[in-house]
Amino acid sequence: MDNILSVLVFFPAIAGLLGFVVDKNSARAYGITVASIEFLLSLWLWFSFDTTDAGMQFVENIPLIPDFGVSYYLGVDGISLFIVIMATLMTLIGMISMSITENIKNMIVTLLFLEMTMVGVFVSLDAIIFYLFWELSLVPMLYIIGAWGGNLRVYAAVKFFLYTFTGSLVMLVGMLSLAYLYHNTTGVWSFAITDWYLLDLSTTEQLWLFVAFFLGFAIKVPMFPFHTWLPYAHGQAPTIGSVILAAVLLKMGTYGFVRFSLPIFPDASVMMITPIVTLSIIMIVYTAMVAYAQKDIKQVIAYSSVSHMGIIMVGIFAMNAEGISGSIFQMLSHGIVSGALFMLVGMLYDRRGTKLMSEFGGLASVMPKFAVIFGIMLMASVGLPLTIGFVGEFLVLVGFYNVSPIMTMLAGTSIIVGAVYMLTLYKKSFFGPVTNEINKSLKDLSKIELISLLPLVAIVVWLGVYPKPVLQPIDNSVKAMVEFMDKKAKTQEAKDVIKTVKVKREVK
Amino acid sequence: MLEPINISMESLNLATLTPMLVAIGGGLIILVLDLLNSKLHKSLYVMLTLLILFIDFGAVTGLNVNERGFFDVMLIDGVSIVSQLLIIAASMLFTPLALTSKRFHEYSYPEFFALFLFMVAGFQFMAASDNLILIFVGLETSSLSLYTLIALHNRANSFEAAIKYFTMGALAAAFYAMGSAIIYALTGSVELYKVAEVLATRLDETGIMVAVFGGAVMLLVAFAFKMSLYPFHSWAPDVYEGSSASLAGYMSVVPKVAAIVVTVRIFGMYIDLGVEWVRYILLALAVLTMTLSNIMALVQEDVKRMLAYSSISHAGFIMAAIGLDTTEGTTAIFLYYTLFLFTNLGAFSMLWVSRHKVKRYSDRYDHPYEKFAGLIHIMPIGAVIMALFMLSLAGVPPFSVFWGKIYVMQAAVNSGFIWLAIVMGINSAISAYYYLKLVVYMFLKEPTKDTNTVYYNLSRPLMAVIGLATVATITAVMYVQPLISYIYYMVSASGY
Repeated sequence: MDNILSVLVFFPAIAGLLGFVVDKNSARAYGITVASIEFLLSLWLWFSFDTTDAGMQFVENIPLIPDFGVSYYLGVDGISLFIVIMATLMTLIGMISMSITENIKNMIVTLLFLEMTMVGVFVSLDAIIFYLFWELSLVPMLYIIGAWGGNLRVYAAVKFFLYTFTGSLVMLVGMLSLAYLYHNTTGVWSFAITDWYLLDLSTTEQLWLFVAFFLGFAIKVPMFPFHTWLPYAHGQAPTIGSVILAAVLLKMGTYGFVRFSLPIFPDASVMMITPIVTLSIIMIVYTAMVAYAQKDIKQVIAYSSVSHMGIIMVGIFAMNAEGISGSIFQMLSHGIVSGALFMLVGMLYDRRGTKLMSEFGGLASVMPKFAVIFGIMLMASVGLPLTIGFVGEFLVLVGFYNVSPIMTMLAGTSIIVGAVYMLTLYKKSFFGPVTNEINKSLKDLSKIELISLLPLVAIVVWLGVYPKPVLQPIDNSVKAMVEFMDKKAKTQEAKDVIKTVKVKREVK
Repeated sequence: MLEPINISMESLNLATLTPMLVAIGGGLIILVLDLLNSKLHKSLYVMLTLLILFIDFGAVTGLNVNERGFFDVMLIDGVSIVSQLLIIAASMLFTPLALTSKRFHEYSYPEFFALFLFMVAGFQFMAASDNLILIFVGLETSSLSLYTLIALHNRANSFEAAIKYFTMGALAAAFYAMGSAIIYALTGSVELYKVAEVLATRLDETGIMVAVFGGAVMLLVAFAFKMSLYPFHSWAPDVYEGSSASLAGYMSVVPKVAAIVVTVRIFGMYIDLGVEWVRYILLALAVLTMTLSNIMALVQEDVKRMLAYSSISHAGFIMAAIGLDTTEGTTAIFLYYTLFLFTNLGAFSMLWVSRHKVKRYSDRYDHPYEKFAGLIHIMPIGAVIMALFMLSLAGVPPFSVFWGKIYVMQAAVNSGFIWLAIVMGINSAISAYYYLKLVVYMFLKEPTKDTNTVYYNLSRPLMAVIGLATVATITAVMYVQPLISYIYYMVSASGY
C-alpha cells in the first residue's frame, strides 16, 4: 500500500465524521476500535518501512495549487516514523483509560479529528500542509480543554489557542518569505520542504528566517520565556487532554526544529546554539525548581514535562548524530512516560477528586499496583538506567558534550534535580503511614486501567533495555541529515561544529 | 454652424453596456409588474431578481477583454469583468435571504428589488469605467439606492443608520467631486488614461505636486469612506447594526468591491507614475485600519457589531494589497474578497437566522454574545457552521479566508514589505480572540435563558444559502487553484 500515509491521516477524520451518527452509548467502543485500527495501520507502516533507507519513504505528491506552489506532499523517514506511531498509540491508550462520561460522543469525535491533525503534522512534507495541520490541531484541543476542563478552563483554552496561534503566524510569514526566496532563485513556486533543503541562503537571511520559525516552534515546545500557557493548559485540561498535549502536541515544536530549522538554516542554527541552549538550560533548571515547589501532583508533572523538553532542545542543538538521535528518542520516551504519569494522576483524581500531595500519604500500602507502576514511570522520567528515559537523556548529554562540556554539566543537573522533586513527590504521597482516613478505602487499579498502563510499562522496559530496533532507523535518517547539513553549511564556524563531531565519530 | 454629429453604431459598442441595461431593465420590469398586479408575493420578485441577475452574469461573461465602448467611457478590462462577476454572484447569494420564515416589512415592497437591481447596475458602472464622471454617476446611483434599502427595514435605528450613511456619504461624494475637479483642472480630462498621459509629461513641474496631492487626498477620503477605512470607518458599525443582518453582510463585501476597483484604477495610476507617497499613505491607512478596528472589535458586546469591525479590519488587508500595486497584489484583492464573501455572508446569514422581531436578550442589542451561549446544545449543526465561519475569518487553515490571507501576505513579501506581512500576521492573531469569543460562547457555555427559538427565522432558502457558503468555506482548497489562475490572468491582461 503506497498511499498508506494518506490512509493514516484521513482514516481518523472520516471515522470522526461518521462518528456523529454512532449512538452515544456505543461511542466509546467505536472510538477505541477506530483508534486500534489506526494504531495497527501505523504498525503496518513500521513493518513495511525500509529501515536501511535514510530518505523519505511512502512519498505522495499531488499538486494542489500549482500556481502558488502548494502540493499535497507526504512522506515519512526514520525521524517521523516513530513519532507517528507514538501519536496513534497514545491516542488509543488515552481513549481506553478515559474516565469521562459526560458528552462522551463529542469527546470521541474530537479526539479522532485531533488524531488526524497530529498524524498529519508529522508526515507533511509541504510547509503549507504542515501549517494547515499544525493550526488545525489547536481547534480540537481548545474544545477538549474548554469543555471538559477545570474551573478556569475557558481562560486556559483561549490562552493556549492564542499563544500558539500568534507564534505560528510569525512562522507563516517566515514560510512565505522562504517560498519567495526559493522563487527568486529557481523561478518556481514551491513550499515543499525537500525543495527548501536545497536552497542556498545567505547567513543573514538564515538568521532572520530562523528567528521567525523559532517563534512558532518555541511557543509550542514550550521554550523558557514562552512556557506560561502550559501550566494553565495542563492544570485545567482533563486527563486525556493532558496526555495528548504532553505526549504528542509538544513534540510538534521539537519536531519542527529537526525538520525545518536545522537542515534549512544550518549556519544560523550553529550561531544560535549558545542562546538557545542557554534558554534550554534555564528552562531545565528553573522549571525543575518550580516543580519542586508545587503542591499539586499534576502541576509537578506538568513542570517536569517542561523541564524534560529542555533536554530534548539541548540534544537537537548538539548538531551531531548522537544528540539529535537522542533527542528524537527522548521525544518518544517523554511522550510515553509523561503521558503515563498524567494518566496515573488522572486515576488518582477520579478516586479522590483532588490532586494535592498533602491529601495523600501511604498510598503504597493501599494501592500497591498503582504505586509500582507510578514508581516505574517516575524512575523512567528521572532517567534511571534500563528504562526508556535513560537512553535518550544519555545520548543527548553525550552528544552535547562535544559542543560544550560546561553546558552539558549544567543540563545534566536535570537528572539530579528531577530525582529530587520526583522522589519527594513519591515519598509524600506513597510512603509513610496513611494519614487521611478516606485514603484507606481507595481501590487499586481496575482491569481497564491495567490494560491501558501495562503496555506502556512494557515499552518503557523494552526500549530501555534494547532500544536498537527504534534507535537504528532514527539514527540512519539523522546521520543522513547531519551529513547533509555539513555539506550545506557555508560558514567555517558551522563547518567546525558539525565536522569535529564527524571526525570524533570516525575515531570511535 | 455646428457640425452634425455622426456616429456609427459599431463604434458605440453597445455590448459593453448590456450587463447594466439588463439590471436596469429588470428593475423596471419589476416595477411594471407591481403596477399591473399589486398583490404578488415576494417569492415571485425574489426569483425574478435571481433570473435577471443570472442574465446579467451571462452578459458579463460574454464580454471580450480589453474593449472600450460608448464614446470610450466604458472600459471592459479583466479587472472590471472579475469584479462585476463577483458583485453579481454576491447579489445572487444575497437575494434568497429575503425568503425568511418570518415576514419582514421591506421585502413586501417590490420597490426593494427594483432598487436592489438599480444598485447592482450602479456598482457595475463603477467597476466598468475609467471616466471620473461615469464613476460618479455609478457611485451615486448605487449609494442612493442603498440608503433607501437600509431605511426600508423600518425600525428606529434603521432610519438612524440610513440618515447617518446618507449624510456621511454625501460628504464623501462632495470630496469625490472636488477631487475629480482638481484632476480635470490639472489635466483637462476626466478619462483616467488621458489623465495619466498628461500627468506623466508634467510630473517634473514644480508646484504641480501640490495640486496632485490635493486631488489625491480628496479622492482618497471619498473612497476611504466607501471602504470604511480608518479614520472614516465610524459609520460602519452603526449602519450595519441598523440594517438587516443579510443586508449588512452584503454591504460588507459588494460596495467595497466596486470602490476597490476604482481605487485600484486611480491610485494604481499614481503609483505607476512614481508618486511613491501615495503608496505610503495607502499602506499607513491599511495598517491603521486593520489594527485599530481589531482592537475595537475586541470590546464589542454584540456579534453584529463585532462582525462589522472585523469586516473593517479585512478591508484593511485589502487596502494593503492595493498599496502594493503589483499583479499579485491586485489578484490577491479579488481572491480575498471572493473567499471572504462566502464566509462573511454566511456568518451574517447565521445572524439573520437568529433574528427576532423584538429584542429578547438585551435592551440595546439584537445579537449579544449571550444569545449564542450554549448554541451547541440547542442547535448543534448551526453552532458548528457558525464556528467554521469564525475559524475561517480568523484565518485557520484550510478554510477559505486562510488562502486569501496567505496570498495577500505572500504578495506583501514578494514586494519586499515583510514588515507588512508580519503586521498582518499579528492582526490575524488579535482577531482570533474575538472570533474565538463567539466560539467559546457557543460551545463552552451553558444557555442563558429559555432560548429554544434561536433559529427563529430559518427557512429552506436560508438553509440553501448557508449550506452553499459552508461548502465553499470548507472546500476552498479545491477551487483556489482555478480561481487564482483565472483572476491572475484577468488582472495581468488588464495591465495591473
